[in-house]
Amino acid sequence: MSEFMFHSNLNNQNNLIKNKLQLKSRGETVLQAREISYRYGTGSWIMEDVNLGVKPGEVVGLTGKSGAGKTTLAKIIAGYLKPNHGRVTIDGYLLQEKNAPHPVQLVWQHPEKVINPRWRMEKTLLEGGTYTDELLQDLEIKKDWLRRWPSELSGGELQRICLARALGASPGYLIADEMTTMLDAITQAQIWHTVLHMVEKKNIGVLAISHDNALLNRVSDRMVDFSMIRDKYETKK
Amino acid sequence: MRINRASHKQEEGTHFRSSRLLEVTDFALSFTTYTGGLKETTEQAIKKLDMTIDTGEIVAVVGASGSGKSLLANAILGMLPANATVSGLIKYKGKALTLQDQVQLRGTEIAMIPQSVNSLDPLMKAGKQVRTMIKGKNKKEKQREIFAAVGLDEKVERNYPFQLSGGMARRVLIAIAMVSSAELIVADEPTPGLDEQALEDSIRPIRLLADQGKGVMFITHDIGTALRLADKIVVFNDGKTIETANVKDFYGKGEALRHPYTKQLWNALPQNGFHTP
Amino acid sequence: MNNKVRKRKYSLRQRTIAKIVIALVLLLIMVVSSLLIGPDRLGVNLDLRNQSPSLDFLFGTDWLGRDMLARTLKGLVLSLGVGVLAAFASTCIALLLSLVAAWSSWTDRLVSWLIDLFLSVPHLVTLILISFTVGGGFKGVVIGLSLTHWPSLTRVLRAELLQIKQAEYIQVSKRLGKTRGWIARHHYLPHLMPQLLIGFTLLFPHAILHEAAVTFLGFGLSAEQPAIGVILSESMNYLTTGMWWLAFFPGLSLVCMVALFDLLGQSVRKMIDPYHAMK
Repeated sequence: MSEFMFHSNLNNQNNLIKNKLQLKSRGETVLQAREISYRYGTGSWIMEDVNLGVKPGEVVGLTGKSGAGKTTLAKIIAGYLKPNHGRVTIDGYLLQEKNAPHPVQLVWQHPEKVINPRWRMEKTLLEGGTYTDELLQDLEIKKDWLRRWPSELSGGELQRICLARALGASPGYLIADEMTTMLDAITQAQIWHTVLHMVEKKNIGVLAISHDNALLNRVSDRMVDFSMIRDKYETKK
Repeated sequence: MRINRASHKQEEGTHFRSSRLLEVTDFALSFTTYTGGLKETTEQAIKKLDMTIDTGEIVAVVGASGSGKSLLANAILGMLPANATVSGLIKYKGKALTLQDQVQLRGTEIAMIPQSVNSLDPLMKAGKQVRTMIKGKNKKEKQREIFAAVGLDEKVERNYPFQLSGGMARRVLIAIAMVSSAELIVADEPTPGLDEQALEDSIRPIRLLADQGKGVMFITHDIGTALRLADKIVVFNDGKTIETANVKDFYGKGEALRHPYTKQLWNALPQNGFHTP
Repeated sequence: MNNKVRKRKYSLRQRTIAKIVIALVLLLIMVVSSLLIGPDRLGVNLDLRNQSPSLDFLFGTDWLGRDMLARTLKGLVLSLGVGVLAAFASTCIALLLSLVAAWSSWTDRLVSWLIDLFLSVPHLVTLILISFTVGGGFKGVVIGLSLTHWPSLTRVLRAELLQIKQAEYIQVSKRLGKTRGWIARHHYLPHLMPQLLIGFTLLFPHAILHEAAVTFLGFGLSAEQPAIGVILSESMNYLTTGMWWLAFFPGLSLVCMVALFDLLGQSVRKMIDPYHAMK
């Protein structure tokens, strides 16, 4: 049994959302999504005026119904989608920049979809930049996996590779979108212990998205209910 | 939170008697593959697998992803790739299954609830997809009954699959399995990544299937869901079934569980300590 | 329950390699033997005119007493050269244009327009035009064939790239800071490899047949070069006199060579594409 420390303040009180984030100090490199609104084409709004912030070293749990738009928000923050309104900043600066890794890396639910099936694992790993033996050790990635094809690894093993690739790009923030949903309980626990270890070691901020409240209660410092921030606009009207 | 599992038990004096539906003994499966050069090697995907399913029973097969659970489902349905070699015995209603039997029974006596909701015909309205599976008269009536049973609104029958949410599509798939004459239902990860409400909505109709007297094999990696739905849990690891546990054995720190892996699985759940081995 | 286990003496991969080796050896024999044929075998020998096939002349002789076997071999190698060069150049053009199309939406429109433009005019017309403009002969035919055979393959490659562009792992690659050039080289190119090979094998017979057609019409290779197209068009005049061997053997040889190339393409694909090989 590992004696793993979770962030001491498991913040499980009613998880009511503060709409305006209070930044403790100005110098902190806080990731902020401000007044984000998004819709596909001219359809109805998936979210309007959403605010969310993550501090370095903090794990924020984002919960909500399936299909409510959590993944869309994750994609907006990680730069996969452009919001119709609003912006995502770190310490007030916009994130866009050319030909450099995005400072917010997304870890997806299905690792097999985000890996080129024609590449050996080592090449996938190097796509993120460099990798160190230390990183492999931290993520419990065995050296002989690197020579194999994606079809020869299990979902849990692939997810570790994806995580290592994301961390190889030395991001300030990670978004774990249902990262362990497809994995069995033991692998889920192992991967999350590793992530929490990295959070501490590298002072990375994590936005954990899941429908599993028990999991989010375990891993996050603070929980946010997506329906509350999404419907803010509606209730204001 | 648990679904009313007692309702179907035979001691309650229901209209059917429980009998053995499926019996898998010493089942093994290997693949012929190429490793690097010219050598053909056989890769043992399933080493030893034993399980039984009775009528009216839900048996969950729980294991890590990539442990060969889905292969078992495909083996029972006779849908293995050409380079697979199997050994052991699969008995259906006391009779050993041959490949021809499987092809014949597939869709009539053995049905599958697939993993992907993309299995619905995209060009056919939901109600019609269910009606085409109904034999006999009063198709519309029967289909409406089934829709009500799985908790689908009547107007859903006029919707095309793309107009359905993931949870609704999954319930249509379950409805199709319910109206078929199949007695054994194989459900391969039918509840991936659903929130509490959608999960509840998806597993309640599966319980209904068992209440009709059908046997259900419920394949999942999610032990939490398995415990809420199933009667028995078959724990599958490293190509072997290591333990068949009763649902009531899962409590506390797993004292009643026999195999250490089952204990680890139980204790790794976020609500049970989140421990890693 | 038991799936039938067929025990084979050789594995699939060994059999595939055997096919490749056999195809290559046959092609090699063809090339080498044509190189060994001296000018004396090709020469005119009026004493031995119009001989039907015999042990001395396996393919018979023509109206000038030339050995048809020697002519056929020379012709095959010439056609092979034209076909390989033109198919290769066409494939390169198709690859380049499809990558350009993947660059952005306006380049995609440009390439689509080019494809439609070239497909709207019959192959043969553009081929004759280009071949004539650059001066005809071997060079003219090869350039003409290369510049006219790319559109259909480009369309296939472009569709393939449109699909893979949306793949999640490409999106991820972009967020990892990879440039479009890097993604093209490492993601797109390996993905297109099988299509390129198939495209090449399909373009090859096309190119040879069009070469024969242009030559037949008098805009291609000159008549003294023993190309299969020249041989076939010449023998048309003598078919009615019952000299069937003049067209039969060269034609059959051409078909065999094309079939060999097809076999080669399919086998190579099985080897280099582990992703689809077991399907």
